[in-house]
Amino acid sequence: MKECSSDSAWSLVFGCWAIAGASTLGALFFSEIMELPPCVLCWYQRIFMFPLVLILPLGLFPYDAKVIRYALPLALVGWAISFFQVLLVAGLIPEGLRPCSQGVPCSVAQIQWLGFVNIPLLSFIAFSVMNALLFVARKRGPT
Amino acid sequence: MSRKSKRNQPTSDNQVPQAPEAPPASRVNRIGVFVGAAVVLLLAFAGAALLYKGEKAQSAQTIVAKNQPALANDQSPSFGDPDAKVHIVEFFDPACETCAAFFPHVKTLMLENPGKIRLSLRHVTFHKGSEHAVRVLEAARGQGKYLPTLEALYASQDQWAVNHEVRADLVWNALGRVGLDLERLRKDSSGADIAQRMERDMADARALGVTKTPEFFVNGRPLPRFGLEELQSLVKEELRGAYP
Repeated sequence: MKECSSDSAWSLVFGCWAIAGASTLGALFFSEIMELPPCVLCWYQRIFMFPLVLILPLGLFPYDAKVIRYALPLALVGWAISFFQVLLVAGLIPEGLRPCSQGVPCSVAQIQWLGFVNIPLLSFIAFSVMNALLFVARKRGPT
Repeated sequence: MSRKSKRNQPTSDNQVPQAPEAPPASRVNRIGVFVGAAVVLLLAFAGAALLYKGEKAQSAQTIVAKNQPALANDQSPSFGDPDAKVHIVEFFDPACETCAAFFPHVKTLMLENPGKIRLSLRHVTFHKGSEHAVRVLEAARGQGKYLPTLEALYASQDQWAVNHEVRADLVWNALGRVGLDLERLRKDSSGADIAQRMERDMADARALGVTKTPEFFVNGRPLPRFGLEELQSLVKEELRGAYP
């Protein structure tokens, strides 16, 4: 029973790492390959996303449940920023609160797929799933 | 807890003979899964990057091929033998640092191949206030001093282009040694014909998909990738074709 729960916790953290890796490469694809300039909020989300690519594997080999404790703060703050930006893009936050009036505006979606999928939304989904996985792993994993 | 303590104490006699170094099967699988996922992610990134770059280069080429008339403009300042078979069209912003860095190399290319290269310069104003510098350049052309003015502006660029913004008042300080009739220059630089030419340059830049400076076209071909070496090799290629 214990073996089983540890295995599933490992898979959850691994899944979290895979999302972090895909998100990191995706962000780099947008900025380095497509040459879309990242707005300020994107940089803040990167600050909380990129380190997870390195931190999470350290807890995977060998499995160390403590890694969840170190990764969650990053994932939570990143989630909060991405949530803020989604509200900004949706126009639910008034313009006066917009933190980036210079450079690339964070409230303008540079990419629209299917009419509603934009980069901030992708970031929000990624952070949401990562937080969910980490919370479930924290419940299941050996303490 | 119990699992961990078992692993840490393999000393009990009946467990020792089993090779302790071999990791348990699940560990091997985990490493395999992890490395496999990492490889898949990186390959997907590299593949998408190659695909995207290739497609972009191709679409850039079709855009340029469709808009060849936008390249040629007899109103633009042009240098070198008019009958030269290699024609470089450069879109530049006088306030752009990379343009300033490229210019001596373009000049060297022309000096090394006398009579074989013609250079046409097109102005784009991507920096804030760049139109002030362009107006000065166009007015200096009226006095036959375009190139010395451009070189004087490039040489003192850091003094009149502050934080990517052109300070109109400081541009004039850079012109002291060029030997221009400054009074006439001031009058000419506000001319409506210059505004018209600037608009034409910007419209052509848009038609050709020029979003960054400097942008070079050699005999109508864009650089495959931005870079000095790419420019030099493209020019050499065209020279070989035109002057075998």
